[in-house]
Amino acid sequence: MHLMYFTERPYRDVPEEEVIRNRSFFGVPNRFYDPEVGARLYNEYLDEACYAEEVGFDGIMLNEHHGTPFCMGAVMNVEAAILARITKKARIVLLGNPLPVVKNPVRLAEELAEIDLISKGRLVPGWVRGAGSEQIFNQANPAYNREYFNEAHDLVMACWTRPGPFRWEGKHFNFRYVNPWVLPYQKPRPPIWIPGVISAETVVWCAKHRYPYVGLGTALQSTVELWNLYGQTAAEEGYQAGTENFGYLQQIHLAETEEQAQEQGKAALFGGGAANFSRPEWTLPPGYNSKEATRRLARQATDYGFLGITSEKLKESQSGEVRHIGLPRDKKDTRARLRSGQISIEEAKRKIYGNYQKAQDGLQIIIGTPKTVIPKLKLIMEVLRPGILGLFQAQGPLTTEQRLTSIRLMGQEVLPAMREIARGLGIVDPFEREPGSRPHISGTSYEPLVDLEALKRAPTRDESVRV
Amino acid sequence: MAEWTEEITHVAGTDLAIIKGGQGKPLLILHEELGHPGWMSYHQALAKDRTLVIPIQPGMGKSPRVEQIRTVHELGLFYLWALRELNLGPIDVLGFSFGGWTAAEMASADSKAFRKMVLVAPPGIKPPDGDIMDIFAVTIGTQLNATIYDAEETPEFRKLYGGERTPEQFEAFEEARTETARIAWDPILHNPSLPYFLQGVRGLPTRIIWGREDAVVPVSAAEAYRQALANTDVQVTIFEHCGHRPEIEKGPEFVKLVREFLA
Repeated sequence: MHLMYFTERPYRDVPEEEVIRNRSFFGVPNRFYDPEVGARLYNEYLDEACYAEEVGFDGIMLNEHHGTPFCMGAVMNVEAAILARITKKARIVLLGNPLPVVKNPVRLAEELAEIDLISKGRLVPGWVRGAGSEQIFNQANPAYNREYFNEAHDLVMACWTRPGPFRWEGKHFNFRYVNPWVLPYQKPRPPIWIPGVISAETVVWCAKHRYPYVGLGTALQSTVELWNLYGQTAAEEGYQAGTENFGYLQQIHLAETEEQAQEQGKAALFGGGAANFSRPEWTLPPGYNSKEATRRLARQATDYGFLGITSEKLKESQSGEVRHIGLPRDKKDTRARLRSGQISIEEAKRKIYGNYQKAQDGLQIIIGTPKTVIPKLKLIMEVLRPGILGLFQAQGPLTTEQRLTSIRLMGQEVLPAMREIARGLGIVDPFEREPGSRPHISGTSYEPLVDLEALKRAPTRDESVRV
Repeated sequence: MAEWTEEITHVAGTDLAIIKGGQGKPLLILHEELGHPGWMSYHQALAKDRTLVIPIQPGMGKSPRVEQIRTVHELGLFYLWALRELNLGPIDVLGFSFGGWTAAEMASADSKAFRKMVLVAPPGIKPPDGDIMDIFAVTIGTQLNATIYDAEETPEFRKLYGGERTPEQFEAFEEARTETARIAWDPILHNPSLPYFLQGVRGLPTRIIWGREDAVVPVSAAEAYRQALANTDVQVTIFEHCGHRPEIEKGPEFVKLVREFLA
């Protein structure tokens, strides 16, 4: 089983009130950014990654977001390049490079190849469509999001696997002379994993490419459905999917005592947590969703916490402020002021932190000591049987010491227990068994990928609670 | 008797939905970025002595997307082709917002396609003062509200797009916004080359209409359009206490102005 450490590398000193008033981490004005703090945090996060490797993690996962204190990984490949040199054996897992916002996929292929070379073959690249806010920040046309994704993907693959020089003339990218001298260390190319939160289209795409799919904290019930969609598609493609095709990411915080853990773990809800990642209008710019997904959205208020979409926000997105029409302009302005101050910051915070226990009950976050945390992780492993599992250090203003303690406890007690559980469950990772390498016997149904009996023991997630 | 009909016509290499209503000389109406808003009072008034021809922009409503149209200029070339095939030129044109920009692009390519041109608060030229609203980074509701200066004084605002926000209407809005974003995302709702090419427009009497309090396309752009069209007969009318939809915010005055100009 591949166990990886993940943190969003949050800018932890942003005033919480600003995030709540802005109703979103994305778009908090950058006047709150202090370069001294930024410099300290970048270095701490690099040290943290080395420590995670030291305590026994197999991989360090990085991600990329722009224009937000939620995640400082604006140029993830820079961090990855440093880790390539300062870590020794951990895989460097990038989940992922947002292909649609990359204007030059050839350069991306070169950057990643350099990281793979410096690390001597420890890179695991991954691709994402990028949240809606990334399209806005990077001026990437959301109506072409899927097309950019597909073509950039094909071009990066061509850079790595097709002998140059060649010409690339696509719909969105044109390169007269593709002949990168810097090629990956791993042959024929580095392994590729794809993270996701909602999109059935992405799951199908992954299955067709035999790329492992990593669910980012999605509710167990809906994740099971996605796994089965993957398995069905894999069978149609002629292979049997298995634990090597799946990964999962779980937000977690550990401390020496339950009391400490419970007190510290509230940090995960800071500023509204991932539910306040971005406002709906920034999360779903026009065309970002396929027609089919838009149709689903219009008819059912599904919750997508990692993207900052809740049924409440979605309703707002659909109806906007139309319900307020009829108010004269001056009253509108008053209303706008009221809206942000309608309830005081204190009340807003009470509402956010009032969900703490529910968030734990629904496994949105796992907080505790190794003793209380391990059974919850075991349940997730039993239900989903993921070959890859990322432990996501809780967000928010934890101190450096609290974070390091959490990592130490993961390494000392949680990781060995998880490896033992994985052995018992027969879970193998993509390095132990090549994804897509087992043929499927046509005419038969695919082998079960999840444990539906275990799912019965899983708590039902209250989807209105977002972390 | 129905006031209008919608038919699918195969023209310019694609199916194109066209709404028609009224009687008399044809008047081409190019709708705005959220699609055709429905048959409003101003349509009714103008249809008394003109046959309104309202093509539904490819990619919206019943008109399929045309992938080859990748800019608003190309959308203009598409409509010029359609007009030629339909033997509709030279024709009077009335363009609202995005449709006004499209009409300006058409005029820059072939000003002889039109007899007279009315542009209502078009984006397309970067305003010298203020920014065009980034309609792609707000909710539909916010966008809709921003189009009106005083909703309380604009009863017809509630009737726009059928007045109800059903899932079907949400989808239609998203489809229209997607198509608008697809061809006008970058730069934000304007074409830096348009002012240069508009200088080539001659012999096309043009009326530019704007609301002083337009929150979508700042009124300063009216003067930029006037200057760009300096080689033809152009006049600007600005309505006070009016936003981005003078056609419903100042309905009777708007209709009177357009009818007199097109007479």
